[in-house]
Amino acid sequence: MSLNRREFIGIGGAALAGMALAPGLRLVELAGARSPEEAVTSLQRWGLLVDIGKCHDCDACVTACHEENGVTSHGRPATDPQWIRKVTLKDRQTGYVTTLPVMCQHCEEPPCVDVCPTGASFKRVDGIVLVDKHICIGCRYCMMACPYKARSFVHEDTTNQKAHAPRGKGTVESCTLCVHRVDAGRIPACVEACTKDGNKAMVFGDLKNPNSEINKRLASAPTTQLRPDLNLNTGVRYRGI
Amino acid sequence: MAHIHYGTIEARSLGFYAVLGILGAITLAGLGAALYMEHHGHWITGMSNQVIWGVPHVFAVFLIVAASGALNVASIASVFGRQLYKPLARLSGLLAITLLAGGLAILVLDLGRPDRLIEAMTYYNFKSIFAWNIYLYIGFFGIVIVYLWMMMERRMNDYSKPVGMLAFIWRLTLTTGTGSIFGFLVARDAYNSAIIAPMFIIMSFEFGLAIFLVVLMAGMRWTGRELGDVVFGRLRNLLGVFVAAVLYFVTVYHLTNLYITQRHGIEGFILLHGGVYTQMFWLGQVIVGGVIPLVILFSGLGKSRALTALAAILVVLGGIAQIYVIIIGGQAYPMPLYPGKDIVSSSFFDGMVAMYSPSLPEVVLGIGGMGLALVMAAFAMRVLPFLPQSLSDADADPHYKAETAKSKAATT
Repeated sequence: MSLNRREFIGIGGAALAGMALAPGLRLVELAGARSPEEAVTSLQRWGLLVDIGKCHDCDACVTACHEENGVTSHGRPATDPQWIRKVTLKDRQTGYVTTLPVMCQHCEEPPCVDVCPTGASFKRVDGIVLVDKHICIGCRYCMMACPYKARSFVHEDTTNQKAHAPRGKGTVESCTLCVHRVDAGRIPACVEACTKDGNKAMVFGDLKNPNSEINKRLASAPTTQLRPDLNLNTGVRYRGI
Repeated sequence: MAHIHYGTIEARSLGFYAVLGILGAITLAGLGAALYMEHHGHWITGMSNQVIWGVPHVFAVFLIVAASGALNVASIASVFGRQLYKPLARLSGLLAITLLAGGLAILVLDLGRPDRLIEAMTYYNFKSIFAWNIYLYIGFFGIVIVYLWMMMERRMNDYSKPVGMLAFIWRLTLTTGTGSIFGFLVARDAYNSAIIAPMFIIMSFEFGLAIFLVVLMAGMRWTGRELGDVVFGRLRNLLGVFVAAVLYFVTVYHLTNLYITQRHGIEGFILLHGGVYTQMFWLGQVIVGGVIPLVILFSGLGKSRALTALAAILVVLGGIAQIYVIIIGGQAYPMPLYPGKDIVSSSFFDGMVAMYSPSLPEVVLGIGGMGLALVMAAFAMRVLPFLPQSLSDADADPHYKAETAKSKAATT
């Protein structure tokens, strides 16, 4: 096959135009994804649903969380940090026993953020409550204010830290809702472990997306917050307390 | 009333240097304790994830509350125009500054990251009462220093009234801020009460005046200056009124909680079966810090200088017990996370009364802050004329001459 000059210019022109336009088209495609600057949006609010009816004597969520985030024990329970814990309750009237995981409830109106003098305790626009380890001065006022006992003070030197979960002696820390995984499109370690090794009692998702599984589950059965009287509108909800 | 003369403490006094040395050593020990705590981390203290604020906070809050109260004597002179208190105003301002400095030093050294103090000065969350307090504390130093200048520089004396007024309003705001650290905390049953801020104000009157009285009596006696019965008697009675007022506020606080069923747990804990906290409340706060001083101050016993000084010291000890019950007792009692449920098990001490026993470094740090406050005051009295040369009735009582003149006129 031979090309005459007119065809050559035509095809060559089309190829050049394609080469010039393709990156632009690729950019349009990229704009649909989240760039680092716009990774967090208030169009989402991340939340957790714990179905206590399914939660039994198992601490897969606790083990997974502390493994994932490098939260290690020094064998001193009073000062060792705990990002998530299992609590077993017995109803004072009926004697009915339930067990549930408790962690940072990721309040919409977090008291820890209100009281923090430097703003180290903060809430991302997608509802995740975090501590900025760079400006936390270790005053522990947030721990005084948190109604859920969700926060821990790092009482001693840390070892074997994970790059995605920096920790430091003298600062306060708590459940991050595995923000590093959420930002990468994954689910928190506790939920993954509960689904895989536990009793499938935890659901993670976007509370603002009407089609998310968590929202469908929340809409289909009664659920509650811990200390609903405080009106903090927690991101973590429980079914069956 | 004769013109008031002030003077510094004599340089040659060996006793003075002994006092300075002892207080300095206490301060250095406190600093050493802080370094030890920071090096090892807070796990070596009695504090934990259950009792988050320990003995350092007890001493720090006590001193900060006492600091604003120590300024009251100056306010009575400048704002309310009582001439009798005027010779005492300089010492009052001085103690306000040094007590606050001592309290803040403890607070800062107990931070997890005291090296990041600059963060607290550069990043502000204006919804935080701590952030307001940073402004209130710094402002207090500035205002009281200017106030002292107005009082000590004769040309500026005319301005001491408006500046004194500002200082008075500022100190009321400051103590409101200190009380609100606890009063605005919704999570714990012992706090979350609007009465805590005004209760802290009346506590500041009491603690500040008790420390002022002890320092004044020691300062005058050890430098061979006279403290007349009129000034002494007035301060003694005022302290008695403040002791009674604190007992009143404490009663109302507990009555409120006793009426609210939700709070019966914390009340039973503090008043009846809280072990060390119950003992500290009844024996420390009420008997030692309240009843005994009241009996001394309002009976014939108060005529004795030694017993009145003892009463003031008991008020200080009772005040520390009171802050201990508020801060540590309030945290030791578990938070009501799951109303209507008993907690069968928890790895994080949910529902359990928290164990706390203060460690030596914490106590040394707290006492070190008190040492710092007093060593600063002693040093300042050495270099600047804070103490009046005489507080004898003839020198200090504005009605003294009039009365003697009257009695002379009556006899002739």
